[in-house]
Amino acid sequence: MKTLAELSAIRERMKSKVSVREGGNEYLVKVGMATCGIAAGARPVMSALLDEVSAQHLEETVHVSQTGCIGICQYEPVVEVFKGDEKFTYVKMTPEKMKEVVDSHLKDGKPLYQYTIGSM
Amino acid sequence: MIRSHVLICGGTGCSASGSNGIREAMEKEIEKAGLSSEVKVVQTGCFGLCALGPIMIVYPEGSFYSRVTVDDVPEIVSEHLVKGRIVKRLVYSETVVENSNDVKSLNETNFYKKQKRIALRNCGVIDPENIDEYIARDGYQALGKVLTEMTPDEVIQTILDSGLRGRGGGGFPTGLKWKFASGNRGKVKKYVCCNADEGDPGAFMDRSVLEGDPHAVLEAMAIAGYAIGADEGYIYVRAEYPIAIKRLEIAIGQAHEYGLLGNDIFGTGFNFDIHLRFGAGAFVCGEETALMTSIEGNRGEPRPRPPFPAVKGLFGKPTILNNVETYANICQIILNGPQWFASMGTEKSKGTKVFALGGKINHTGLVEVPMGTTLREVIEEIGGGIPNGKKFKAAQTGGPSGGCIPASLIDTPIDYDNLIAIGSMMGSGGLIVMDEDTCMVDIARFFLDFTVDESCGKCTPCRIGTKRMLEILDKIIAGNGELSDLDELEELGNYIKANSLCGLGQTAPNPVLSTLKRFRDEYVAHVVDKKCPAGVCKALLRYVIDPDKCKGCTLCARKCPVGAISGTVKEPHKIDPTKCIKCGLCMANCKFGAISKQ
Ligand SMILES: Cc1cc2nc3c(=O)[nH]c(=O)nc-3n(C[C@H](O)[C@H](O)[C@H](O)COP(=O)(O)O)c2cc1C
Ligand code: SF4
Repeated sequence: MKTLAELSAIRERMKSKVSVREGGNEYLVKVGMATCGIAAGARPVMSALLDEVSAQHLEETVHVSQTGCIGICQYEPVVEVFKGDEKFTYVKMTPEKMKEVVDSHLKDGKPLYQYTIGSM
Repeated sequence: MIRSHVLICGGTGCSASGSNGIREAMEKEIEKAGLSSEVKVVQTGCFGLCALGPIMIVYPEGSFYSRVTVDDVPEIVSEHLVKGRIVKRLVYSETVVENSNDVKSLNETNFYKKQKRIALRNCGVIDPENIDEYIARDGYQALGKVLTEMTPDEVIQTILDSGLRGRGGGGFPTGLKWKFASGNRGKVKKYVCCNADEGDPGAFMDRSVLEGDPHAVLEAMAIAGYAIGADEGYIYVRAEYPIAIKRLEIAIGQAHEYGLLGNDIFGTGFNFDIHLRFGAGAFVCGEETALMTSIEGNRGEPRPRPPFPAVKGLFGKPTILNNVETYANICQIILNGPQWFASMGTEKSKGTKVFALGGKINHTGLVEVPMGTTLREVIEEIGGGIPNGKKFKAAQTGGPSGGCIPASLIDTPIDYDNLIAIGSMMGSGGLIVMDEDTCMVDIARFFLDFTVDESCGKCTPCRIGTKRMLEILDKIIAGNGELSDLDELEELGNYIKANSLCGLGQTAPNPVLSTLKRFRDEYVAHVVDKKCPAGVCKALLRYVIDPDKCKGCTLCARKCPVGAISGTVKEPHKIDPTKCIKCGLCMANCKFGAISKQ
């Protein structure tokens, strides 16, 4: 490398890859991965979430984690999205719905209320 | 997307307790669970809490798993990584939140709360064998800034303004050292050296920086090279640090590949290269003139100064030598500005200092605190206090060159000048904690024994004088001391300090002199009463059986390896002091508490 711009390019590319260790991301997404969640199809939802987050280059603003059973097994797969003090609980998720949530909520900041628990 | 990072400590401490095997098991288990594309395993440098190793942190949750074994790995994968349930039984107790799946952040624990990490900022955070991760954390930005935006004199002024002082022990202002070596740039050959010899027993600050963040030292050396006008650097690292050496070699290779070392860096025409030299572990080779003599391929012996290295150093050329931790601060000062650095610490000691906590303390490990933090905060809050409910007696800073700080001075804010004022010194950062069971004569003997071994023998006061002091201490410990011995120790000690050639001899008597000053009554007890109050010095101990408590069970007589105990069944037994070797087996085995140490 011969320029500072090249250095900065590596930094920008890598930042999103280590940012998961620093916390403080805008969105924390938790997928319910207890037995009930997995039985209801949480695995493909998780994969869809991870794929779409990288496809949209959202690694720096979105952290993905899992959670255990939160006691609403009939609504699994459940995906919780945290932003600051706000919490959105998406229920009965599918890989397709998950992709929509990433594109609309995590990318453009528009929650999809029709999929949240309040509208069930 | 990689949603989770599993950071496993690959420092020397955790490696010794098996972290490599854990990493392999982790990688296999993740593969088995089909998570390879979602979860990444990263081997990092030291997290600091070595007492709890092997250590593992799983992000984004930040759960801090301690004392992990290979057998725990499948559970961490199937529970935490697959189902998102943190394995509470393995989580460091201070971070557990009752009735919740969450854990507290490590930064909220007593161990980390008061720490401020500058030199250690990347240790335990990045993979030290991956230059890209260093770059992600602003690596090589400081070098870029210096080469493209600053003149060499501006760099030196920045370091001067920051107030940074050498972390290798002496505390000499780093900017001033660079300034002295900065004349005739471009006209004469110069060298930049890094002291990674770290000979102080019990110290591992520099090792941890090199293992956890090697690029930070390389980048800072290149900056120093630009500042003084040098194009070549040497790192003198002890051969006993194989992990540090391996990571340095990898780092130098990667920096070359990226063009961050070598010729025409950032297209500015600045050239800089770094070589490694391995030390064989002689303490005296940490002394600057001996170190350079050793790099030149000669026997590592000090020479008189002046001429100072800034004038005549390595291969007779102007040279600067700085400590690893000193370098580890440089890039952050360049990036954040000298005022930022100078806003931390005390009036004359700026920034932070890394300490290796050892001895009788709960959290043995590595801590970095702002200058001016009190010894009490370091020992009681960060260090978690003294194990087994024992009382704090003293702390030794500065290793074999330093002195002991008694409990009465525990509220002293730690900085260069305060420590000297109370008869110790900052040293390179070893901090050994002693409890009431430590004998101060024995401790002084331990350090003196070390310096006698390590004296290079070039000058008489150090070579012969320290040996004579050791003989006097041995006499006292054997119970043959006289009061006049104490005066003689003092006289001899002061003479050695005043007349030795190098820092080794000039400081070798300090542990004896400072314990004599602070704990003279303990010396007197050894000499006059022939007793060791802490019950350590074997020759002064006696094991006795209390005839009222002894039931005559004969167990002790059967356990004694030298047949020193006699007596008949159901009658009180007796120990023959002329045969007793003071191994303590009888006391450890007595079921009635009838045997005591006096
Ligand atoms: C006997 C002896 C041993 C020393 N050992 C070390 C050492 O292991 N590491 C170190 O950085 N400095 C050591 N020093 C101090 C160095 O001589 C030198 O002052 C220091 O490396 C300068 O770097 P600094 O200004 O960044 O502290 C030792 C000095 C003496 C007298
Ligand atoms: S003081 Fe000791 S170590 Fe230093 S030169 Fe003299 S003999 Fe060698």
